[in-house]
Order: sequence, then C-alpha cells, then structure tokens
Amino acid sequence: MKSPLNARNLIVALVALGLLLLPAYSAVTGNIFILTLFTRIVIFALAAASLNLIMGYGGMMSFGHAAYLGIGGYAVGILAYEGVGSGFIQWPVALIVSALYALVIGALSLRTRGVYFIMITLAFAQMAYYIASGLSRYGGDDGLTIYKRSDFGGIIDLSNRVQFYYLCLACLFGGVYLIWRIVNSRFGMVVQGVRSNEQRMQAIGFHANRYKLVCFVISGTICGLAGALLANNTDFISPATMYWTRSGDLMVMVILGGMGSLFGPVIGTIVFLVLEEVLSQFTEYWALIMGPLLLLIVLFARGGIMGVLGRFSRG
Amino acid sequence: MANSLAGPLLRVENLVRSFGGIKATDNLSLDVIPGELHAIIGPNGAGKTTLISQLTGQLMPNSGSIRFAGRDVTWLPSYQRSRLGLARSFQITCLLPDFTAADNVALAAQAHDGHSFRFWGAARKERHLREAAHAALSRVGLAKRADVLVSELSHGEQRELELAVALATKPQLLLLDEPMAGLGVTESARMVALLKELRKEVTIVLVEHDMEAVFALADRITVLVYGRVIASGDPDAIRNNEEVKRAYLGEQHAVTRHG
Repeated sequence: MKSPLNARNLIVALVALGLLLLPAYSAVTGNIFILTLFTRIVIFALAAASLNLIMGYGGMMSFGHAAYLGIGGYAVGILAYEGVGSGFIQWPVALIVSALYALVIGALSLRTRGVYFIMITLAFAQMAYYIASGLSRYGGDDGLTIYKRSDFGGIIDLSNRVQFYYLCLACLFGGVYLIWRIVNSRFGMVVQGVRSNEQRMQAIGFHANRYKLVCFVISGTICGLAGALLANNTDFISPATMYWTRSGDLMVMVILGGMGSLFGPVIGTIVFLVLEEVLSQFTEYWALIMGPLLLLIVLFARGGIMGVLGRFSRG
Repeated sequence: MANSLAGPLLRVENLVRSFGGIKATDNLSLDVIPGELHAIIGPNGAGKTTLISQLTGQLMPNSGSIRFAGRDVTWLPSYQRSRLGLARSFQITCLLPDFTAADNVALAAQAHDGHSFRFWGAARKERHLREAAHAALSRVGLAKRADVLVSELSHGEQRELELAVALATKPQLLLLDEPMAGLGVTESARMVALLKELRKEVTIVLVEHDMEAVFALADRITVLVYGRVIASGDPDAIRNNEEVKRAYLGEQHAVTRHG
C-alpha cells in the first residue's frame, strides 16, 4: 500500500482546505472578486471531474461535454422563464434531461471508436448548440436571462454569495466522492478494464459497450448538475455555454490536471481558470501563453500536474 | 468437467470463412469430446487462429454452425460465449497491461459472478474475488507475482497469466492459442506440466506449433491445411498419416522424431 502522506495527497488536502476556507479569506480581506472567481472555478471543476470519469477512466474522448452544461443550464433557465422557480423541480429536471441526452448520444456514438468517437460527440454537441440558438422564445442566439435563482424553500439562499459558493463546493466534493466510489467499484473496474483492453474484456465475458454507456450517462448527469449551478451563477444561459471551444476547455482542464487521477481535474481547472484570469489582465492574447504551456504539459508531463506530483512522492 | 449432455461438447459443422478470395476456413467440421485434449496443428497459414477466433466469437463465419454444450452459438457475441463456459487464451498476449496480475484474474472471476452494475463497494476489497484470483494464480505458479503490473511481467509469466485468466472464468472448454509461443525451453516444460494437470479438470482445445508438446499432451489431433481438415485421429494415427507427412514436408522431422 502506498503511504497516504506524500506530496500529491498533501497538495490535494491543502487545495481542499483552501477551497473550504476561501469565503473566510474573502470576508476578511473584503475581496469579493476572488469568491466570484472561485465559484466559477468550483463549478467548472465539477464539469471537468465528470469528463474525467469517461475520458480518464473510461478512455472515451468526448469532445462534446459542454453540451451538458448547456442542457442543465437551459433546464433551469427555461423552467424559471415559464414560472417554475423551485429548485426541487428545476434541478431534477436538469439531471434527468442531461441523462436522457447522454443515453441517446452515447448509444449512437459508442458504436464508433477513436477519432470517429471524438468527431461524433463534437457533432452532437454542435447540434445541441444550434438547437439552442433556434429557441427564439428563450432568446435564441442572445440567450436567456434568469431573473430569479433556483428556490430551495428557505433551506438555502442561492442569492447569498457565500451560501451559493458552499453549495457548489458541496456538489464538487460530493461529485468527486461519488466518482471515487464508482471508479473503485466492480463497475469502475470493468470500465477501466475496457479502456485498457476491450477485446480482452469481451473475451472474459463483459459486454463492454453496455458498461461504457452507463458510464457515459453518469458522467453526463454529473455535468448536467454543473450546468444547473452555472446558470444560477451567471443568472444567464446562452448557446455559447455549449460551444465546442468550451468542450475543448474542459478537455484541457482534465489533461492539465491529470487524466485518470481523481482530484486532477480540480487542480487542472484551478490552474486553467486562474491563469486565464491573470494572463488576460496583461494581454488579450492570453491563449498564446496558455497554448505553449499546454504543449509542455502534454509533451513532458504525461500524467498532468498530478502525474508530476506523483513522481515527486515516489522519489 | 464432463458435460451432462451425451455427445460432443463442441461440434463444428461445415464452417466457412473467407477473406477476399482466400478461404481461411474451408468447409471445416470438428468434434470435441468432453474430457479430451484435442490438439489442432497445421503449417503456418493453415487457418488455426481464424478457427479459434470463430469458436470464441471474435470473428463470425460466412456459413456453417458451431454448437457448444448442445446450444447453437454460431452467432453469439464473445462475451456471451464466455458466460456459457468457453474461454480462450490469446496467441499474442492479450491482457490488461496497466492492471496487476491479481486484478486481471479478479476481473475474470467478477465477469462470472453476476452483473457488474455495482457502483459503491470497493471491488479490490471483495474477499471472494481476491481469493478466486489467488487460487487461479497459484494454479499457474504466479501467486508471488500477484501484485506486479502486467506490463512488468516477463513474457513467460504473461503466458501463464493468460491461462490463469481463462481458468478464473471456470470454463467448460479451454481454447488455447499457442500457449507455448515465444517460451524458452524451461518455460515450455513448465507449461506442458501445467497443461497436464489442467487437462484432468477441463476439456481443452490446443493450437500449438510445438510438436513435442502436442504429441505429449493430445488425446486427439486434427490437422489443418489451407483451412481444411486433412486428418483427425489419435497421435499414433496422425504420426503415420501419409498426407500429414506430405503437408509438413520440412516439418516432417518434427512429427516423426517422437515416433
């Protein structure tokens, strides 16, 4: 057994602690901006963690994951627009619609492998994007403003910055915990086995695609939750949420942090969005710096940031 | 493990599979009787691996039928055949490289222990899966290497692990595709000794180039040439078969050496 006290786990613990204490820091210093930034980061970290489940553990390179952000967001936005303000209805609907979308997309996409899988998931996400653009009743291209955040009947007030932050953080930690359980379960072993050698798994008696599909649906559902959070955070939802570059961002977050490592996507998202924030203050061409950085990570640190930390802890 | 049904455990009838203009399996019929070790030999390109792949469902035939344990399995996908008790080892080692030896075998045991839509409990902590894995690893002499990653095992150990994985699925019929491939002399001898033990428990179809091993182990031998059966019978009959001698030409020496 590996020792629990190593550089990697230490960093993970520190980051988790930092996220927990962030509102206190924000209150003491009066820095509201950092709380806003990290609310966004926590939501995207949940989306990245869900992508990591299929990409890192399942070997399914989905290039359309932002679609779930949009679907979860539109579920909240459209229901709010139609006068259904209760989060107890909005959120389950967001999850169910995301799951159904994942089921249909997965059933069709999982017939393909490799590059074709990447392209077909991308194509479906772009379809979702254009469908959203066509929803003229709900703002079409311009998007839909959400005038009132999801109402949870006084249990929690989403308009309160700190409460909302902690709700997002609870969803993130809950999501990562869920993924941890799944990855180590019988189901998770099968999914990882299929990533490693699908033919072998078939030969010993597993119907590989069935397991991949269920994994795909779980991942999409978790990302739908991130979408519901995101819509509440921005009080707005538009087709741009599911544009393909956003799916690309999610992939970058996962790869940066470390594919197939549990907490990697969280670290990757923090690094990605903080860098984006900092760099864009200096230049609007921040992507010019981000690009080479990503190249370096992919070339020299295969396991992403978590992989590098892991190497330190072994040395 | 004898089958409750009378008659052959595996019955292949008029199997045909062609690739382009080449008939890799040409109207092939074959019976495997419960309890026997049935070897399939033939020169390179005789269609041995093509046959095995059709038996396990990795490849579908153009026509003909395959019955296993009294059931028509001709069009069943491989995972369903595995559930019925048909296990294979691969000619080119086909394992999960980034898993440990124990994980590889435990997954095989898990595949035959109900469905795997269990999302919560830690699979690596399930006692009976680990014990089944350990038992299969011990059978092939790999117990000490249980926690080593497959990618770090030697070639010989990987061949043994292939066998352990197949055993963990509790097969009625074991299809071994050149288990001796690439093994050194000592490793080969160990593998032959191992197969001698296993054949007491399970019906085996053995595809193998190593004639010494084949004649030491087989109850019956079927000889394939260009996808067709040219002879089938006990080792003595095959050794003395003129057509077989002709087909092997250069390899004739290998066949007769142990006469």
